[in-house]
Amino acid sequence: MRGAQLAALLEQAPAGVPEALDLVSGFDDLLEHGLARIGQGRAGALAAIAGALEGTPLGSPAHEAVAKLSAGSVSREHLVTLAGARAALLGAAHDALLEHCDAALERTRGAWNQSPSAAVGTGPGEAVQAWLQELAVTGWRGLDQGHVDGADRLVEALLADPGGRRLAVLLDGLAAELRASVPIGPAACVPTRRWADLWSRAMLLARQATNGAGDTEPVTGRLLPLGVDVLEHGTAVQVLVYGVLETPTGTPRLVRTGVTAAKTDTISGPAVWRLLTAFPLLLTALAQQRSLELRDVALTADGRLLWDEARAALGEVADPFATARVLLPGVLAPAAAPLDRHPVALNEPVLVEGYKTAGGSWTVDGRNLRIEVDRLPATGPLTPALLKASTACIGVLRHDGSGWLLRPLAVQAKSKNSSTAYHGGDWALGPTDPKVVKAESKSGDPVAVLRERAGRLLRR
Amino acid sequence: MDSSDEAWRLDPLARVLPAVRPRKLAKVPFVELAEGRLQGVVSSGSDIERVYVSSITAGSHGLSCSTNNNRPCGGLNGGSLCKHLQSLAEEAVQQYGLDRVARYLKVEVPEGSSLAAALSGSRDPAPAAAVFSRFLRHLAYLEAPASTAAEPEMQWFRGAGAVV
Ligand SMILES: [Zn+2]
Repeated sequence: MRGAQLAALLEQAPAGVPEALDLVSGFDDLLEHGLARIGQGRAGALAAIAGALEGTPLGSPAHEAVAKLSAGSVSREHLVTLAGARAALLGAAHDALLEHCDAALERTRGAWNQSPSAAVGTGPGEAVQAWLQELAVTGWRGLDQGHVDGADRLVEALLADPGGRRLAVLLDGLAAELRASVPIGPAACVPTRRWADLWSRAMLLARQATNGAGDTEPVTGRLLPLGVDVLEHGTAVQVLVYGVLETPTGTPRLVRTGVTAAKTDTISGPAVWRLLTAFPLLLTALAQQRSLELRDVALTADGRLLWDEARAALGEVADPFATARVLLPGVLAPAAAPLDRHPVALNEPVLVEGYKTAGGSWTVDGRNLRIEVDRLPATGPLTPALLKASTACIGVLRHDGSGWLLRPLAVQAKSKNSSTAYHGGDWALGPTDPKVVKAESKSGDPVAVLRERAGRLLRR
Repeated sequence: MDSSDEAWRLDPLARVLPAVRPRKLAKVPFVELAEGRLQGVVSSGSDIERVYVSSITAGSHGLSCSTNNNRPCGGLNGGSLCKHLQSLAEEAVQQYGLDRVARYLKVEVPEGSSLAAALSGSRDPAPAAAVFSRFLRHLAYLEAPASTAAEPEMQWFRGAGAVV
């Protein structure tokens, strides 16, 4: 990313985004205090959301839902409609931000060309919606342990069905945060945007019968990883690889692939890689900076390779910084899946070089770029000190509602006379830092301990 | 409310949970603050097949310890903690931090004192079977196969960062 590109990214903010987020805040405020306490002011905020959607297919259902809710009648259907209205506003903000980012980076993006699949189903989804409705009526500030404990039963039922897993992972993540936070005192601050996001996603996900990948196209070619992010809550961890796919014909494509494993809250840090031993090729490629040769791997319309070890082979060593310098400027980026459009989904891989580091903000050609130094995954070698000593960084640009920031995935750092690269996946086959190895051997292998316990106790 | 609170309120990736501190799991494989209790499972020191289900009730600080087959722990008499409950309390503090555990149990821990020393409850058997089945459910997460399907919601979960 050149200075001029960063300047274009940071200088003009796309119009309408703050206004859209303000409307969303009106709904989020309602969830904070509870639908039972809707009052005039909050009813007005809801009406404004419906007003903003006038002329769209959601306009008239949203008006009806707002009228009913404001009159004190709460139904699941109306809550789903409002969750959809909220998602539409955030989707519009996402699109504006992505378009702005693409223009600044001079990045070409494919168009979405799939027809919508409107699979609406029943099943555990209804019980989940009933629970979410209860939360909405009560409001975050009114919740007690009893409300939160209701999630356990739902998660258990969802986990029993492979199609329910995605929703189970989401509910487990939300419930753990609620459990640690309730009861919330009147003076305490509430993460209203975050919890409303999770609530709305769950409400919408619960109404889908299937979570299929949609149409996919088989691709054959070479995957050159750029970097890996590790996303994690108490009972799930996702390894998400960003890379460039080179095919025999056509422009190199920006893609991502990943695997998600279930875990316990006591398994974190470098130990999580041991949950993914079913994917030795992917882990080896990450640990050794190798490319991967793919044969007929399914690629979704939103640029996600459905990882399949049986269709992959390890390739040559491929330096991600070389990939970022040579291929990233000309890649074809994928369109976003309509239902996933949300500012949080913005994660645009970029290479940043020639900067001056200073804590959470780096200077590139006189512009300040915020750096996410405080949320680095504990699964890899990146630390604030390493970032401070870095001279080049591969990361993903993201937007936190108030502006752009860079989430680092890999850095080149100077030590004495040489430059060394550190990648988030360096420890995929086990930590390489002697200090971390020592700390791990001291606390023992949590995965081995719990697997032993599971083997002994679960199959009685 | 200052501006950093306001930014946190509006940050979709606001950090809510503190970082998990790594701890040895061999002795106490499972600890949780749930159902109104600090409860968990403690491995028997002598028999690898046996585990103890131990719990401390919030508020009353009622103490409970028995094997998973409901045999009462011989070490729990009157108001003093058996070695299982002591391990449970220590590991809970290691995992969640003293503040969160003390807040949940509604106990004042004087500066420089330990959680175990500050508890004043007496023996009050709680249902071991329910806690044990929660432990089995916890273990069952490790049996679920990894998935390659899209789970875009994970973008909201960035982990809590490393403990530095
Ligand atoms: Zn005992």
